[in-house]
Amino acid sequence: MKELINEKGLRIDGRKVDELRPLRIEVGVLKNADGSSYIEMGKNKIVVAVYGPKEVHPKHQALPDRSILRCRYHMAPFSVDVRKPPQPSRREIEISKVIREALEPALILEEYPRTAIDVYLEVLQADGGSRCAGITASAVALADAGISMRDMVAACAAGKVSGQVVLDLNDVEDKEGEADMPLAIMPNLNQVTLLQLDGKLTSEEFERAFEMAVKACRVIYEAQRKALIDKYFGKAEVGEE
Amino acid sequence: MSAVKKSIVVEQLRKTQMIELLSKEKRLDNRGLMDFRPITIETGIIEKANGSARVQVGNTQVIAGVKIELGEPFPDTPDKGLLVVNTEVLPLASAYAEPGPPDEDAIELARVVDRGVRESYMIDLSKLVLIPGRKVCVVFIDVNVLNIDGNLFDASSYATIASIITSKMPKFYVDENGQIRQSEEITPLPINGIPISITMARIGETLIVDPTSEEEAVMDARVTFVVDEDGNLCAGQKGQPGTLSFDQVKLATEIARTKAKEIREIIKKEVMKNAKG
Repeated sequence: MKELINEKGLRIDGRKVDELRPLRIEVGVLKNADGSSYIEMGKNKIVVAVYGPKEVHPKHQALPDRSILRCRYHMAPFSVDVRKPPQPSRREIEISKVIREALEPALILEEYPRTAIDVYLEVLQADGGSRCAGITASAVALADAGISMRDMVAACAAGKVSGQVVLDLNDVEDKEGEADMPLAIMPNLNQVTLLQLDGKLTSEEFERAFEMAVKACRVIYEAQRKALIDKYFGKAEVGEE
Repeated sequence: MSAVKKSIVVEQLRKTQMIELLSKEKRLDNRGLMDFRPITIETGIIEKANGSARVQVGNTQVIAGVKIELGEPFPDTPDKGLLVVNTEVLPLASAYAEPGPPDEDAIELARVVDRGVRESYMIDLSKLVLIPGRKVCVVFIDVNVLNIDGNLFDASSYATIASIITSKMPKFYVDENGQIRQSEEITPLPINGIPISITMARIGETLIVDPTSEEEAVMDARVTFVVDEDGNLCAGQKGQPGTLSFDQVKLATEIARTKAKEIREIIKKEVMKNAKG
């Protein structure tokens, strides 16, 4: 196995074990969408568009008491080392489902009966942790679309690499490391909306990873807030870019 | 969406009733909150498969079959055999299940079962290599759901592990000309330990194990943890559009570790019972 953490305790990309990758969030990047965002988390580059609330097609999916949320997580063929065929893989279908279930608790869907809200995530480049970056960006895009929300949703993974609990695994660490645990929380309500675990952790490691990820989600939440404030209150005098 | 019919009014009424019952630590079928339904396992039921098992957890019934074939390894893991898990929720499993390719629920089910087996290193895939980078054994595990009454995650996982434990395969070897040959000798799959999946449902503020279809219809969130023989967590998945508090996550891992020990003994006993006669 490759040396993933050196003797100075630094990781292959030079980060400390509990350090996030550089994070950049932009709001309102697509003109046609009702809400949109762009996120870079390390080498992850994801664009998200929200359409809705809008009429439901096919009609039989509509619910009389609330809106339905639909998510599509999709990776561009050029987003990974080996070209990914454009049709949705089983992995993408599962991730679309868990992303939907991670966002839904934050949305007040009862306010929009008989409608649909579509969230499209296009992963332009993936480098480990793309579902978490996707959730973080989607929550911002939903807020940008003006959908009523109980709270934000912020996501970050923690895991285990070379025997140590680390934060925000990149692609190599995800593949070569021992465990990866994506987590999404509503930072004000203190509720977990996404939790997955792929790999072995002792109960102490699980708790440490969980705490580390929760702490990081709170940092990411501040970045989400800042991105929204920048768009709606900050650079207003300059107008649209 | 599939497999369970939902009606908004009935769902709400049921949920209120269920929460009331759970607050008195009671369930509709008189089980305790931490009790599983009876688990029965029959193995070796399909002669043409390398391994097979029918598992019943209460009225939930699934059958798993293992087929072992030769194939090429993935380029990034030239020194490992392959493991492929697929699940099919058959239209005969419920009035609400429909034929067609696996939907997102079935895909999630297969991927969580797969993760438990893979991440616990239950099968030593490095022992399934014939020619590194060229020829390896591929272990296909197909899980067919025959009757749905909740907790497909655990039932499918138990069927998968029971069929793996009881799998038999011919011994393959490479002869002096580099050809793959099959000897008369029959061997089991190289196995390290038994991972156990424990699925819990949160209804209101209560966590219960092994939910039935009726309980799943009103649950807020579902969470599965797979625990290996040493008590490590090796796979996890939260499901459903509900949340878990931080304390509930911790509690769920504790429940999973406690229950896994108990269920592992039951499964070992059930599999042994079959082996004897």
